[in-house]
Amino acid sequence: MENKGLNKVDLIFEKIDNREVLDKGFRMSRDEIIQEMLDSGLKGRGGAGFPTGMKWKFTAAEKCPDKYIVCNADEGEPGTFKDREILDRVSNKVHGGMAIAGKAIGAKKGIVYLRGEYRYLLPKLMIELDAFHKMIKEIGYDFNIEYRMGSGAYICGEESALFESIEGFRGEPRNKPPYPTVSGVFGKPTSINNVETLVTAMMIIQHGAKNFIQYGTKDSRGSKVFSISGDTPTPGIFELELGMTVQQFVNEFGDGDTKAVQVGGASGFCVPRKKFAETIIGFEGVPTGGSMKLFNSSRSMYNVLHNYLDFFTEESCGQCTPCRVGCQQLLKGVEKVKKGEAKSTYLIELMKLADTMKIAAKCGLGQSVGNAFKSIVGNFKEEIIY
Amino acid sequence: MINLLINDQKVSVQEGTTVLAAAKMLKINIPTLCNHDDLCVAGNCRVCIVEQKGARTLIASCATPAAEGMEIHTNTLKVRNARKHIVELLLSEHRSDCTKCYKNQNCELQSLANDFAFGDHVFLDLVEDHKYNIDRSSPSFTKDDSKCIRCQRCVRTCSELQSVSAIAVSNKGAHQKISSFHDRPMSQVVCTNCGQCVNRCPTGALVEKTYIDQVWDAIYDPEKHVVVQTAPAVRVALGEDLGYDPGERVTGKMVNALKQLGFNSVLDTDFSADLTIMEEGTELLVRLKKALVDGDTKISLPMFTSCSPGWIKFVEHKFPEFLPNLSTCKSPQQMFGALAKTYYAKKRNIDPSKIVSVSIMPCTAKKFEADRPEMRASGFKDVDYVLTTRELAVMIKQAGIDFRNLEEANYDSVMGESTGAAVIFGATGGVMEAALRTAYEIVTGREVPFGNLNIIPVRGMEGVKEATIKIEGCVEAWKFLEGAELKIAIAHGLVNANKIMKMVRDGEASYHFVEIMGCPGGCIGGGGQPIPTNLAIRQKRMKAIYSEDEHMVLRKSHLNPEVIAIYKEFLDQPNSHKSHELLHTHYTERENY
Repeated sequence: MENKGLNKVDLIFEKIDNREVLDKGFRMSRDEIIQEMLDSGLKGRGGAGFPTGMKWKFTAAEKCPDKYIVCNADEGEPGTFKDREILDRVSNKVHGGMAIAGKAIGAKKGIVYLRGEYRYLLPKLMIELDAFHKMIKEIGYDFNIEYRMGSGAYICGEESALFESIEGFRGEPRNKPPYPTVSGVFGKPTSINNVETLVTAMMIIQHGAKNFIQYGTKDSRGSKVFSISGDTPTPGIFELELGMTVQQFVNEFGDGDTKAVQVGGASGFCVPRKKFAETIIGFEGVPTGGSMKLFNSSRSMYNVLHNYLDFFTEESCGQCTPCRVGCQQLLKGVEKVKKGEAKSTYLIELMKLADTMKIAAKCGLGQSVGNAFKSIVGNFKEEIIY
Repeated sequence: MINLLINDQKVSVQEGTTVLAAAKMLKINIPTLCNHDDLCVAGNCRVCIVEQKGARTLIASCATPAAEGMEIHTNTLKVRNARKHIVELLLSEHRSDCTKCYKNQNCELQSLANDFAFGDHVFLDLVEDHKYNIDRSSPSFTKDDSKCIRCQRCVRTCSELQSVSAIAVSNKGAHQKISSFHDRPMSQVVCTNCGQCVNRCPTGALVEKTYIDQVWDAIYDPEKHVVVQTAPAVRVALGEDLGYDPGERVTGKMVNALKQLGFNSVLDTDFSADLTIMEEGTELLVRLKKALVDGDTKISLPMFTSCSPGWIKFVEHKFPEFLPNLSTCKSPQQMFGALAKTYYAKKRNIDPSKIVSVSIMPCTAKKFEADRPEMRASGFKDVDYVLTTRELAVMIKQAGIDFRNLEEANYDSVMGESTGAAVIFGATGGVMEAALRTAYEIVTGREVPFGNLNIIPVRGMEGVKEATIKIEGCVEAWKFLEGAELKIAIAHGLVNANKIMKMVRDGEASYHFVEIMGCPGGCIGGGGQPIPTNLAIRQKRMKAIYSEDEHMVLRKSHLNPEVIAIYKEFLDQPNSHKSHELLHTHYTERENY
């Protein structure tokens, strides 16, 4: 197990000369950009971790003349607030990353889908965007970005529901295949990338894949911005090199009484104290889109779980059976067990249901409800029952 | 071709074929629920999940295209366990009062429950957690959300087939539901009562409003004289609910069964369909004369047919500027109703207040139509109760009639005589064909120039059909039409009606006469017809309709002896004052919510 320890870095928010990096990027051929991404091992920073180079390669391979690069800024995962910070501080890098991606895949249009609650950022972003468009024009490159607002539905962070929302429809995930790289927004080949992924892509163009892979581990290259909240003396945004254990993380950010860390938000995994030392934060262990919530011994894990299930019961789009009904059953089920109205063994049935949801739900939302459920019930059964 | 393995059997399919369809080719049955042959893929119920080798999750076979080298297993332990869970989850949010439910034993969820979820259920009942309401506001159907399993077939039907979108999905998560605009009652939205959603609902969430008990009460009331009329499309579909294959004609047995049920007189909507041709054909010719010869600019052309009440309400909501273009003729059902309590009552010497008029229709919108305030020309409610084909089948079963072994019987008189022209009203293009058979002959004195009177260009399942009929050799009275080219169009299903209306509105098409039926395939695909429906079934019913026509002695409406008689004895002539009083109507602009 590769363990890089806890290292704070400052790459994402580093002030750069955007023009310089873009000039460099535009001098590269499409294949060179994609190869650089593949070499960097960059995986999507939204949470799912799909290799960015592959995504760009697939989209680039499509023959359609109309393609899109969509920036997913619908940051809705509970406990995640890093994209907000990135957009607030270095939106020029986000726009730049989109232009580089656009060059790589052959897209002239970019859309940023901005979380409804982040509307207040818009005036500032528009000023930044105007400056960006001016600069792009000066460079003589044909690329345009527009912003579309979300309206507060968690499901609209799911890529195909996000497309539906952009198109003016109800935000519901689509059937896949076809994947976005073939048929995304407006039915056109689309590469959809997280805010941080695009900034990291800029970073890779700037420093080169060779330098980038000095950071992180084989499975989790580079650094990542973490949103740290819960029982911690130092909540906030921190950029850390990937490849640390939860223990190392807790040593830095815990309050000395940390009993569990929820890695990856409501759809992520709960790591109990006894597994801190053996669990790497990253794709080889527990992946995260950035959300890190620390819980100390004053917290009831039943309440934590109840809160998550309540959230999913509300935020499921309601389209598919396993997710719509499954969430309600999990929520009502743990309530019954807690009240003593159902036997504690009912949790076994609920664990099986969580397994079904993982393999039978239509999209990532329903498929990941079981993560939190199983890891919290599995590790804190006594807190759920008594 | 794409090669894949399903349950270790090789199959080659065209590109774009779903795993579900590929399995079907191997006679491997995968259960489905949200899937419907007439509708786009939803992939939301997840009942049809199967295992794909190498895939992280199970896949929905209805929504996944077959891919080269795919290895699919449809019945692994993983699939079985997940499917059982899914069916149980659906049942947990469904009010399972099966023995009280109208759809009992005709419910797709029930049949899945039988197959996959018998015995004790693991999950908690969620029905009581929701404040469900039952919308009984429409005279045509009820919407019971507590039985809804959110498969969205109704939503897809309403938008894709009918372009009405009276219902849509609202809210999310546990609160997601199928809702009308701002949750208005169904009677106060653009719903046309076509019942296509009712026909496709897999459960009892959407069912027609039944009037079976009221009809039984009337039959058993010795004071009442109960007359029944049967629409043309019923006779080619009723059998499906009584154990016959689609496409079997059961006219004679149906007539006998109605007599056995105790109706005092079994009559035929086809009679008033023939009458409709006389009235509507004349109306068209008069409109053409006024427009072409008199130069009257107030005459609205094209003229649209008015037999389909779903279509009528659609125009009232969506294209009210075209209300003057609708033929003022009532539908055959309502013509029949108005005459039952006037002409028929007089002929049979029965007090019209004692007559109960029942109609058997392939349609749910007819229930709404009979309730329209204008439909009281006789001084009474012209048609008291409208039953669907399905409701008639229920009555036949209730009465314990051995339908298969029934003798065939003939319709009673008066108003039981009909022609082949009336029968084909049941299929898209039929009214047009019937009208042409008569109008052409009135104008030219000759039969329509098509072999055996079969006007093939207006037949078939194409959504929008167009034709041009050149009129030559006119008789003296119609000389002004000499050489004219009559432009006609036919559409069925409101999505096609919508297309035609937009073309006409935007000046992209100009017609003289347009036939529109609200349902796919016309009345044979009506919302009140036996369930299930799909293109193949509708085609079989259509074939049966045309075969019924071919078997008739009389095949032109103006030759119907009872029609000739009623003009002689009662109505005087088509479009007479009396006709206008009883057989014509007007329309109302409605809100577009």
